[in-house]
Amino acid sequence: MNAAREVGAIAWRSIRRTFRQPANAIVLVFPLMLMAVNANGLKAATHLPGFPTTSFLAFFIPFTFIQGALFAASTAGTELGRDIDTGFLNRLALTPLRGSALLVGHLGGALAQTFIQALVYLGVGLLFGVRFASGVAGMATLILLALCIGAGFASAGIWIALRTGSGEAVQSQIPVLFFLLFISSMNMPRNLIEVHWFRVAATLNPVSYMIEGMRSLVIQGWNGQALALGFGLSLAFVTLAMTASSFALRKRMART
Amino acid sequence: MSPGSMVSVALALAWRQMTILRKNPSLFVPPMLFPLMSFMAFAGGLSRLRHVPGFEFRGGYTAFQFVFVLLQSAAFGGVFTGFGIARDFERGFARRLMIAAQHRSGLVLGYALAAMLRWSLVALMLTLVALAAHMQIGGNGIDVFGLYTLGAIFNFIGLLWACGIAMRFRSVQAGPLMQTPIFALLFLAPVYVPLALLDGWIHAAARLNPVTYFLAAGRGFISGDTKDIALAFGLAGLLALALSVWALRGLKRAEQIV
Repeated sequence: MNAAREVGAIAWRSIRRTFRQPANAIVLVFPLMLMAVNANGLKAATHLPGFPTTSFLAFFIPFTFIQGALFAASTAGTELGRDIDTGFLNRLALTPLRGSALLVGHLGGALAQTFIQALVYLGVGLLFGVRFASGVAGMATLILLALCIGAGFASAGIWIALRTGSGEAVQSQIPVLFFLLFISSMNMPRNLIEVHWFRVAATLNPVSYMIEGMRSLVIQGWNGQALALGFGLSLAFVTLAMTASSFALRKRMART
Repeated sequence: MSPGSMVSVALALAWRQMTILRKNPSLFVPPMLFPLMSFMAFAGGLSRLRHVPGFEFRGGYTAFQFVFVLLQSAAFGGVFTGFGIARDFERGFARRLMIAAQHRSGLVLGYALAAMLRWSLVALMLTLVALAAHMQIGGNGIDVFGLYTLGAIFNFIGLLWACGIAMRFRSVQAGPLMQTPIFALLFLAPVYVPLALLDGWIHAAARLNPVTYFLAAGRGFISGDTKDIALAFGLAGLLALALSVWALRGLKRAEQIV
């Protein structure tokens, strides 16, 4: 079997398993709930001098995509963790399957989930009055960026699963990934963050630039610097997490 | 069956739950970090909201958010214990436990005790971090005691809800059902700004939400400007009572499969 067919087989299995999970409906709805609540609960922030838009929904919607990407990490990691738990990975180790095909294939379910989530979030945003300063091409770019970020987080989920070997451990590590979201510019532009250490942490946090890349498409238009940082850091995240995963896989799938 | 047997079942189960947490830091540490992260993100990232016209709270934004995160950690402490109950059913331990326990309602009490102990550690950690972040406490000792008592009741409410779900579904896959309603209740309250600054549907939802009154009482306790205390404790008591029936009926359902 060539590499593409191996990737395809694993990816197809991953996609089917993802969509068979009823809990994924909640995963789809949860970021929407948070968006609805925060867009209204934090609307008062738009009265602050220097706030870049009068619509908190437009400001906040990129976070919904990032949160969806984080759930993709949970899906990818939990599924692989279950494969390790049940011994499926050990049985796979007896076949000539390439490790790289296993890793890339496992991203399939997470990416399909991210793509569908992104379409839904975009649709809901438009329905509730979000207008894209970058137009239709900006919407397509936003979905592409969401997929890159989803691939990054899903690769991180795969790495955690390979390190811990348990779906339950992946679930309990996800809050640590949430930390990156929380200490970012998700709720407030960095120049309006009052607490110094938080502003420094948000500036050092790559997730801030992923959010700001998306946000620029919604409220600014085409901002080359914000997009370059968003795409660049997302792709660097994918590369880093996949490299770490391939090392972890070598240990986990030691063939004798 | 004597009340003593119920207490001994509860104590034994609580001891087991705490031992599991002690031996599996990966089950305990991340859920403990979550409220700390929320606190840092909200109190640190959103403190400029206190400059929004109409924001009136004399305790400072750190104290304003501390109360929310404390109550959030209390409710989720109960929910995370519910995950443990579901796991016990999945692994067959709960069935063996039901056969062995003399007084099965002691099981609910035991899980509740474990949830309370678990939350106590989180609350302690959260308080230390908030004090390190120079949180202002305007209330006296009795007020602070009132705040933590409210948190303890909310922890019990969270546990009873999750316990009822866990005993009906008997699977960790029901986790989202345990978390999502609690999450919705928490975030449909005045989390970031006072109730007066909310408008539209979220203001209407917040007015009907009991958590709004828990937050108002808690924020009153910490700032020393107490209000809505009787209403908050009355609502909390009613919720705890209704959910006790919910959890015990869940136990009855689970007993049918033993």
